[in-house]
Amino acid sequence: MILNMGPQHPSTHGVLRLILEIDGETVVRLMPDIGYLHTGIEKTCEAKFYQQVVPLTDRIDYLCPMTNNLCYALAVEKLLGLEIPPKAQWLRVMMNELTRINSHLVWLGTHAMDIGALTVFLYCFREREDVLRLFEAISGQRMMTSYFRIGGVALEPPLGFFDRVREFANRFPSKVDEYENLLTGNPIWMMRTKGVARISAEDAIALGASGPTLRGSGVDFDLRRDMPYSSYEKFKFKVPVSQEGDVFARYICRVQELRESTAIVQQALDGMPEGPIKADAPKVVLPDREKMKTQMEAMIYHFKIITEGFAVPAGEVYQAVESPRGEMGYYVVSDGTAKPYRVHMRAACLANLQLLPKMCEGRLLADVVAAIGSIDIVLGEIDR
Amino acid sequence: MPLTPAITDLEALKEHPAVARLRGWNSAAVEGAKFDRDEMTIYIERSCLHDACVILRDDVSCAFNYLSDVTCVDWYPSQPRFEMVYQLLSIANKERVRLKVRLSADSPVVETVTSVWPAANYFEREVFDLFGIRFTGHPYLRRIQMPEDWEGHPLRKDYPVEGYR
Repeated sequence: MILNMGPQHPSTHGVLRLILEIDGETVVRLMPDIGYLHTGIEKTCEAKFYQQVVPLTDRIDYLCPMTNNLCYALAVEKLLGLEIPPKAQWLRVMMNELTRINSHLVWLGTHAMDIGALTVFLYCFREREDVLRLFEAISGQRMMTSYFRIGGVALEPPLGFFDRVREFANRFPSKVDEYENLLTGNPIWMMRTKGVARISAEDAIALGASGPTLRGSGVDFDLRRDMPYSSYEKFKFKVPVSQEGDVFARYICRVQELRESTAIVQQALDGMPEGPIKADAPKVVLPDREKMKTQMEAMIYHFKIITEGFAVPAGEVYQAVESPRGEMGYYVVSDGTAKPYRVHMRAACLANLQLLPKMCEGRLLADVVAAIGSIDIVLGEIDR
Repeated sequence: MPLTPAITDLEALKEHPAVARLRGWNSAAVEGAKFDRDEMTIYIERSCLHDACVILRDDVSCAFNYLSDVTCVDWYPSQPRFEMVYQLLSIANKERVRLKVRLSADSPVVETVTSVWPAANYFEREVFDLFGIRFTGHPYLRRIQMPEDWEGHPLRKDYPVEGYR
């Protein structure tokens, strides 16, 4: 029987359509059908200036908007040859890890809810609310912050911001203990997730999986540690790896990542350097608002950057970062003008989705729901 | 990191393991190479792509066992019009390399690499959908983002940003 797990479905985490061929309760074949959220972002980027693309990048993987910003900003800064001041880099790391916590909280809440543990959903969103308030404090926006700009970050953190982050980071590990208390040793959770949707390391590498989906199968690779960017090499953190390759293993990886991200945030707070938050490049980075109101050169730079953009030397760059879902990459091609010639987003979830047929064929229908949750897909990234 | 000029001379880059290995196998396969902004790009001749990929994946010194990305750039109206771009990653060596294959507008066909890295499946379908490049040997070459009955290939440069509808 051909069953359509349609684009509107509470467990598909977005507008994902799965065409299932089932025999009783067993899935014989599975085929994802995507494209329901395709908005042509890559084409739109070719019509905008480099700095105008930044808000578009927020909306690609809408659960980790700052990670998208970071990847694009790093790519364009590489094209330009800009040096980013240390304070901006550390702020980027701190906000990036808070974004990772945010994304994993949504994953945990929705994944547990799909399998039936409804309490976890509200617990996770209670913590997520605190982080969203932090984002609003620093950038004015809860989700699509566009906080990382080309050349640094947009705004100085307000007074008292770091104390609020410290207070959150001190409180959060006990909350992770609460979630683990509810789930990790729970017999129902273990029966629904252990041994389900297993994938081997060779298959995961061959099919292009990355992030916790890859690390859950035993492959110890994390872009933050192995190919560091934005001063991640200065931070000490463990990379959780599980060996079994099933849903439970990926769950353990991500929950441990919640703790590791909190540790990175603590380190960032302890060692936050002083200094400017934007690079010294008047033709690229907007001048300080107060300077713009009083100095003529700053006014002219502001005008020229907004109306004409800045020309980026010709070339191409592929920059990859470790997003909560895996390797997110931006391939930016410049032809020397103020508008990018081609921007391509390598979506971690598009490659991870290729694992789904292999994970689910031959298994029960209910396991498909667990498998989708464990890959942690975001359709915004898949479809762009 | 301030910009240094790109190195485009193949002779200057022949020591790089991927370039050396490919030239050792078939020197006509490597049309050129570029090292720019700390990234290595190798231009491969179209008919040699599949075998070159097998060599890069299986060779011990290169070990590019992970395909990060497959995409395309449309250089209309210059010729050759399309440029297929493959981003490879070696998990063991923590190295990246970029392969490029130039395709002309009247023959935008290239062999699939799904037999080398199955990860290319959805990426190649997306390139087919949005650019119109056919991949011979692909197990399921259908449109993936646009609806099945869509006409035209939206990411080509002669397709308007606002679309036709």
